[in-house]
Formats: sequence, C-alpha cells, structure tokens
Amino acid sequence: MTVLLIGQAGPMVTVQDRGRSGLLHAGVSGSGPMDGPSMDIANALAGNGPDCAVLEFAGSGGVFEVTEPVRFAVAGGAVDIRIDGVAAFPWESHHLLPGRKLTIGAMRDAVWGYLAFSGGIDTPPVLGSRATHLRSGLGGLEGRRLAANDRLPLGIAKAAPLLAFRRFWQQVRGPIRVVPGPQDDYFDRSVWRTFLDEPFIVSPSRDRMAQILDGPLLPAARGHDIVSDGTLAGSIQVPASGRPIVLMAERQTTGGYPKIATVASVDLPRLAQTPSGRRVRFAAVSQEEAEDLLIDGRRALADAIAGMTEKPPDATLS
Amino acid sequence: MSVTYPRIVACGDSALSIELSDEIDEDVNARVIALAADLTERPVDAITEMVPTYRSLLVLYDPSIRRAQALRSELEARLRAALPGSRPARRFVVPVVYGGEAGLDLAALAEMKDLGVEELVAIHAAAEYRVYMIGFAPGFAYLGGLPEILHTPRLATPRQRIEAGSIGIGGRQASINSVPGPSGWRYIGRTPLRLFDPERSKPFLLGAGDRVRFRPIGPEEAAALDAAVAAGKTAVEPEPA
Repeated sequence: MTVLLIGQAGPMVTVQDRGRSGLLHAGVSGSGPMDGPSMDIANALAGNGPDCAVLEFAGSGGVFEVTEPVRFAVAGGAVDIRIDGVAAFPWESHHLLPGRKLTIGAMRDAVWGYLAFSGGIDTPPVLGSRATHLRSGLGGLEGRRLAANDRLPLGIAKAAPLLAFRRFWQQVRGPIRVVPGPQDDYFDRSVWRTFLDEPFIVSPSRDRMAQILDGPLLPAARGHDIVSDGTLAGSIQVPASGRPIVLMAERQTTGGYPKIATVASVDLPRLAQTPSGRRVRFAAVSQEEAEDLLIDGRRALADAIAGMTEKPPDATLS
Repeated sequence: MSVTYPRIVACGDSALSIELSDEIDEDVNARVIALAADLTERPVDAITEMVPTYRSLLVLYDPSIRRAQALRSELEARLRAALPGSRPARRFVVPVVYGGEAGLDLAALAEMKDLGVEELVAIHAAAEYRVYMIGFAPGFAYLGGLPEILHTPRLATPRQRIEAGSIGIGGRQASINSVPGPSGWRYIGRTPLRLFDPERSKPFLLGAGDRVRFRPIGPEEAAALDAAVAAGKTAVEPEPA
C-alpha cells in the first residue's frame, strides 16, 4: 500500500471528496470542497476519476512524502510548489518519488488549494463519503484537520501520462450572481437596493462552514427569526446583526435566519476563492438564468478537462 | 405583508422550497412529511435530495435533468394529492436518567417553575412528542409537544459543550442531542441511547414524523443500556403499531 506521509500540515488541511449526498434530511451536511471545479481539475490532472478524495488546504499546504512513486497535481490558484527545493507549477501533474520532499506554500490571490495524488486518498468512507466534516468529526482522518506525522493510505493508481492544463481555470469576473429568495420578501426595497448596489467586503471571519461579509447592514423588515428551514451551500442568511453570512460547504442543514438570496452555484467557488479584505458585489439573476449558468459551467469544466494536454516526455522527470 | 401558502419559492439554481406556512403547526408538519414520503415512494427523476422541516420541504434537483419551471407543476400536483396520516407514525420510548451530571438545569428549572423536581420529571415524561424535523447536526431531533409549563427561554450565554444524549428544552421545543457541541438550551437529563452513530447499520434513530415518549430510568438500567450502546447496539426499537 502506498502511504502519504505528512511532514508538516498547514493550518487547514482536510481530506475532501465530492461530499455526502442523500442525508440532509438526517441533519448530515454534504461537506465536500469549497471549490468543486478546482478539485475536479486536480483529480483529472493526477489521472484520477472525479470521485477520488484529495487534500484541500487554506493558507499554506505543508510538506509531504510518499512510500511509492505517485503523480500529483495542485489546483485552485497560484501557489509555490517545490520538489526537493525545485520549483514546479500548479495546474499540471508531476511525479513524486519516495525520499523526495514535496513542499506546498500558501495560495496567492486565492484561498483554497487542492492537492490530488494518483489513486486518491483512501481513508475509509463514512456515510458514503471520505469528505471531512470538521464540526461533527466525520470522514477524512478521524474527522479532523491533518497534522504533522499523520499517515494517509493512497488508493491504487491507474497508469496515466503527466498532464497540463492549458491555462488557469478562468473563472468569470464581475459581480457574484444571486437568485433572490427564499425569504427575499423579509427585506424591503431600500435594503434590496443596498444589497445590489453597494460593495461588500469579504471578512476574515470565514471557515468551511460560512463566510461573513462586512459592509452595509441588511435589516429585515419582517424580523430576523424564521421558523427554521433547510439551507443550501450559497444561502445568504441575515441574522439580527444585519451582517450577511454566506453558508458554505460545511453548513448546518437547517437554519433560523431569513435568507435574502442564494448564490448561483457557478459563482460560489469564486466567492470562496476571494481573498479576505477584497470587495464583492452582488447581481440578481432569475432561477432560470442561474440554471443556464450552471449547465453551461458544467459543460465548460468538462471541455476544459477534456482539453488537458500531455506534457512533453522530457518534462516527465520533474 | 400577507403571504399566501402554500407557495413554491426559488432557492438558487438547484433547489425549490415548498412552504406550507410560516408557523410551527402539527398539521402543517404532517403535510410536509406526507409530501416527502410521497416523493420518496414515487420519485421524480430530477430530485436528488429532500429536507423536511417544520413547515416546508426543501427539494434539491438537478437542472440538467429537469428545470424548476417544469418541476413546480409536478410538485404542486403532488402536494394536492399527498394526504397526511396515510402511514402510521413510528413510536419510540426513550429511557432518560433525569438530573445527575447531564441534568445541569433540572433543579433550577423546577425552582423557576415552582415545581418539585419529581413533579417536573413527571410532566416531561407524560407528554407525547413529535419529531418535527432532524437538522442542525447529524440526527439532532427537534421535538414539538412540550407541555406549556415547561416552555423556557434559552440561556443568554450558550454552554461550550453539551454531551450527546442530553435531553434539552429550548423555548417551546424539546430536544435529544445527537452529537456533543455548544448549546444555549437547558438540560434536564440524558438518555443512554445514541440518536446518531455512523458505525451502526442504521446510523439514525429518529426521523421527522416519529413520536417520542420519555421513560424515567434509574442508575442500574442506565448502566445496562450504556453498556449495550457502547457495544454498538441501538438498544431501542419502535413500539409495535
């Protein structure tokens, strides 16, 4: 069995896969990646199927070694990668041989990085997924962040060439699109104008569960308590403070604050990847438009993955 | 502002919420659960998940298979046809050690209500509760049916850690905590049962729509149940209908 040895771990390294499904009714959060397309790309570059588990990290990645030769790839944003001190690029795959040290620095101009190893992280699935849910301690390695000296089993890898992505995964610029509702009618016209016209600032109060936004307050005319209902990744809930909170991958399944809007699925990874302190603006789209964006976005990602190129053979020793 | 129910509202590009009311009501909840049961028995292809709550059903769908527009009319038709009470509810009796280390607030609550501790326990254990929804954490059961005299506001400052199995009161609701975690509810005891255990073949004990009664138990029975639960046994089955 191939083992991944964690020499050092950054402050927030967890095992993630596509997440749990079918258990929201039982209170089990989906968890999974903060930036799904980047995780898919990292897996594809490493020659893995889309269901393989990877390491997700925020801040610096860490130092890693393996017991057998593997391929690996990092996606998510610009990041410093070194193999025994020699620089390597993100968004393409590389070999990692036993005895060599893989060092991954901090993301630049992005927040969440994805480190995929060929064969995938092979920790035991819990409730159908290897994704770590930190709050309830499920999945991954003992349901927690990784730490120095942890050891993770890797699955059996298929033979595959080293691949490169032609370009960084270009996410759209412009405002974060939102679909009004389900409690859009808790907020009056002037608050809606504020929500759509004023910039918000991505607060450093953020984790895998939620992202708080600084900026103008959004008081709800009908009050800030609702009879709890279901939440989604992307629900923008507004508690009595008036500060909007965007629920993310590790959200709780139900909540009692009115939700002014829901972030379009295609734009949620972009919000997750926006560095703290940066401004964001929101723009309203209809449910139908957001569906179109999601369908187009899935196609664009599939095309981008299909368009990955083999690295020239002389580069395969790197 | 007046809102007409039922209504189906957008939740982004992959979910719709069927809202039946904006209040906690047993009949409303029964309709939510009947609709969820109907959609489980006769599935709609695009629907990937459902979250039944107090007064709404959140439906997650895949827009590549079917668009919200088409799904709305199907859901409206299903809602008209779904009849509550067509299936008998499961009934559970949950053994509880009242007081002790887990019953942090029992004595204070009795004093606040001007009741004896035993009186308070008897009132709590005499009621039948309804699982309105499972949410917040894996297997966490929100129970309605708490006798009015026991309604108590949450604590101003939440406690950092409440153990799994704790029996709580928050406002008009009762709870059985499923995982350890912070909470501002008031706690009067604990059950040896585990509402959630990912290692079990049936990880979740309760589901929305189930009925629950509490049965006071003594230390010996508690110890025996603790041992059974530690050995991975569920240690309780629904009562025969």
